[in-house]
Amino acid sequence: MSRIVGIDLGTTNSLIAYMDHGTPRVIPSPDGKTLVPSIVGMTDNGLIVGDPAKAHLTRDPARTIYSVKRFMGKGLADVKDELKYFPYSLHEKNGVIRIEIGDKTYTPPQVSAMILKELKRRAEEFLKEDISKAVITVPAYFNDSQRQATKDAGMIAGLEVLRIINEPTAASLAYGLQKKTQGLIAIYDLGGGTFDISILKLKDGIFEVLATNGDTHLGGDDFDQRLIDLLVKEIAETHGLQVQEHPDLMQVVRLEAERAKVRLSDETATTVVVELPNGKYEKTLTREVMESLVMEIVEGTLAPCRSALRDAGLRADQIDEVVLVGGSTRMPLVRAKVEGLFGKKPHSELNPDEVVALGAAVQADILGGHNKEILLLDVTPLSLGIETMGGVMSALIRRNTTIPTSAKEMFTTYVDGQTSVDIHILQGERELVKDNRSLARFQLKMPPLPAGVPRVEVTFLIDANGILHVTARDIRTNEAQSVQVKPSHGLTDDEVEAMIRDSFQFAEEDIKARQVIEARTEANAIIVATEKALARASELINEKEKGEIQRAIQQLGETQKGDDHRVIRAGIAEVEKETHHLAEVLMDATLKEALESKKVSEFVK
Amino acid sequence: MEHQHHHHHETLAGTRELPMARSMCWHCQSEVTGEYLCGQCVKVQPLSKGLDYFACFKLPRLLNIDEQNLERIYYDLSRTFHPDFYSTKDESEKTISLGNSAFLNSAYRTLKDHIQRVEYLIRLEAGAVKDIRSNPPADLFEEILELQEDMETFCGLSSEDDSTDRTELCQKLQRDRERLEERQAKMEAALREKYHEWDQVQAANPDPKEARDQKNAVLRSMQEILSNRTYICNMVNELREITD
Repeated sequence: MSRIVGIDLGTTNSLIAYMDHGTPRVIPSPDGKTLVPSIVGMTDNGLIVGDPAKAHLTRDPARTIYSVKRFMGKGLADVKDELKYFPYSLHEKNGVIRIEIGDKTYTPPQVSAMILKELKRRAEEFLKEDISKAVITVPAYFNDSQRQATKDAGMIAGLEVLRIINEPTAASLAYGLQKKTQGLIAIYDLGGGTFDISILKLKDGIFEVLATNGDTHLGGDDFDQRLIDLLVKEIAETHGLQVQEHPDLMQVVRLEAERAKVRLSDETATTVVVELPNGKYEKTLTREVMESLVMEIVEGTLAPCRSALRDAGLRADQIDEVVLVGGSTRMPLVRAKVEGLFGKKPHSELNPDEVVALGAAVQADILGGHNKEILLLDVTPLSLGIETMGGVMSALIRRNTTIPTSAKEMFTTYVDGQTSVDIHILQGERELVKDNRSLARFQLKMPPLPAGVPRVEVTFLIDANGILHVTARDIRTNEAQSVQVKPSHGLTDDEVEAMIRDSFQFAEEDIKARQVIEARTEANAIIVATEKALARASELINEKEKGEIQRAIQQLGETQKGDDHRVIRAGIAEVEKETHHLAEVLMDATLKEALESKKVSEFVK
Repeated sequence: MEHQHHHHHETLAGTRELPMARSMCWHCQSEVTGEYLCGQCVKVQPLSKGLDYFACFKLPRLLNIDEQNLERIYYDLSRTFHPDFYSTKDESEKTISLGNSAFLNSAYRTLKDHIQRVEYLIRLEAGAVKDIRSNPPADLFEEILELQEDMETFCGLSSEDDSTDRTELCQKLQRDRERLEERQAKMEAALREKYHEWDQVQAANPDPKEARDQKNAVLRSMQEILSNRTYICNMVNELREITD
């Protein structure tokens, strides 16, 4: 059985973790960073992901994609309110959002797959083995389309997704394992773009989710947005500059707002500085101001908490422990509000950024058959139903039902000789179809018989991933019927396959881009070092040699701007050749200097 | 994580006399007698078609259930069936595990809640008790009509209207709700009395004909209380939505 990794595919940051002899660990990059910013940049040389893409954000905002998780499993109408905040253009095809970058379009699962591939590569380098299987986390309140889109992303990235697991539940696994907790716990998970609350009962190795609730459209990004709106308004007043008309400046303001927000979790005041074309904008921002900006959002998380408690049949004071997850829970205001609701100090000992990925690794270990002690019993977050007469939803599976679960429904005909019945599947808690989420439609085939005679039984099964499967059976003949379900906001199997093929092409571009970046970094380092050496040793070599070295570094300075890593490598080799003598001379001089200083020191003694 | 494993035979002692369907293991063809894992090849077996929720938990059809025991059996069976433990197995085992888990979860959800439990039992034992009326109880009829009128009036008043009228009506509706909730509690107490009656009839085991008549009588009276309770519950919920 090959290794299964755990992946936290976040709105702002993603992580990958594995099980190291019974202990879950996050895999760091060579420079020790565990977070990979969930940002993808399209450059002329292909794709860049993570930190380099974050740097790319202010240089080329129209070709840098961030917060793509917000678009997973959604149509354009779902995100129309925030379109103005994103620097790239979007359109919709077959119910799925398409992101336009230059002359290419990408679906959200494709962009997520690029992030997944970067994580996969990081793990393969670290563990020195191929990675092909993963557990990926999603917000507990994700609906069927959003879960399916995440699974599709995994497939496009060349990963077999063995399980989609809910983020707060994953966190509870990591927490419960470390703390050996028993009893009732509440996991309050406020991430970059989503909010979840889950209530669990931990007993003898069973992690039973009693209820979950949340908002898949509420997180730290929204805190940033409130501050951005304030800064943009003030810059217009003080500098007469409409920041929203300059996408690059907008990203500068966005990053500065995010940094200021983070600082205000530790400090009570901070200074925001934005370099503008017509001068510097500076503002002292206090924690009070920040808190007043986001108060409404933070208080908005309390209603889902109360709903979850009610569904679990519990009062807030019956909860034994409250655990904070997600970077946004570092904000003191969030901690105070959570403490106020549950009447006890929340736990935050585990790194709130890493705990979800660690839990995913624990779940991967269970699926791999290495851990028989722990079992997770999760629930479906939303009621599942079908459209009935008059545009009303009839619920078949209630929210907070333990999964896997199934419901059977019998269908018949209303007209003699009717050969099919249209079925519309929905998810949500509202009475009317139009207020709920359309998941999929399918046509049930009926034998041509008098009205009411045909009997076809449809089974709606939600698996342990929280993903729906539909099967049908003719009761009269006892024959199974194949069902072609058409997702309302999802990719078809053919589309996913085409994207898997495309992704091989991306992989090549991806490698090319990385090679260019690495060569460029090296070239810059050599230029800086050589210039320094020249300054120190100008009297040690002759003018001709000096001229040749200067010519070589100047040329490298030009070629490193190009897109071909081989040309840059050749330039680096050229500089190395020209500086060979200089290096020797410098070495001698350094040695001599060292000897002389020794003499001096001996003399002093 | 410490886990105390409870072997099925220990937790289910005394219930082994329940009749079990005889069948063959889908994998090695050896005989399995209602066991969830084949005694020979240890492969998970699909739950038999006619299995009811009580039988799935190997519990007799009684209405007073020890909830701790129910939970313990549920956790044990989850450890036997859950798809997480079949991730590395072949497709047929995965499918059986998924189906069994889904059934087990429905069974637990139903048996855990006493109202769902008694409703399920009535469906299981049904046949003779189908002719229960589904009209509102006569003594409630007048009261419900009046309440519905008040609720309509209240919903018609917007918050800008005379606020004293609105507040008074709201208070009246809240009092009505409390009265109905008390009534609901009384009905549930009456229902619990009937659970004991049912369990006694089940345990007494007199001659089959007589037992059937006694059982039907208990089932019928429970069904009557349940349908009255449904009316009250619906009213309480509507009132809660309006006045909250």
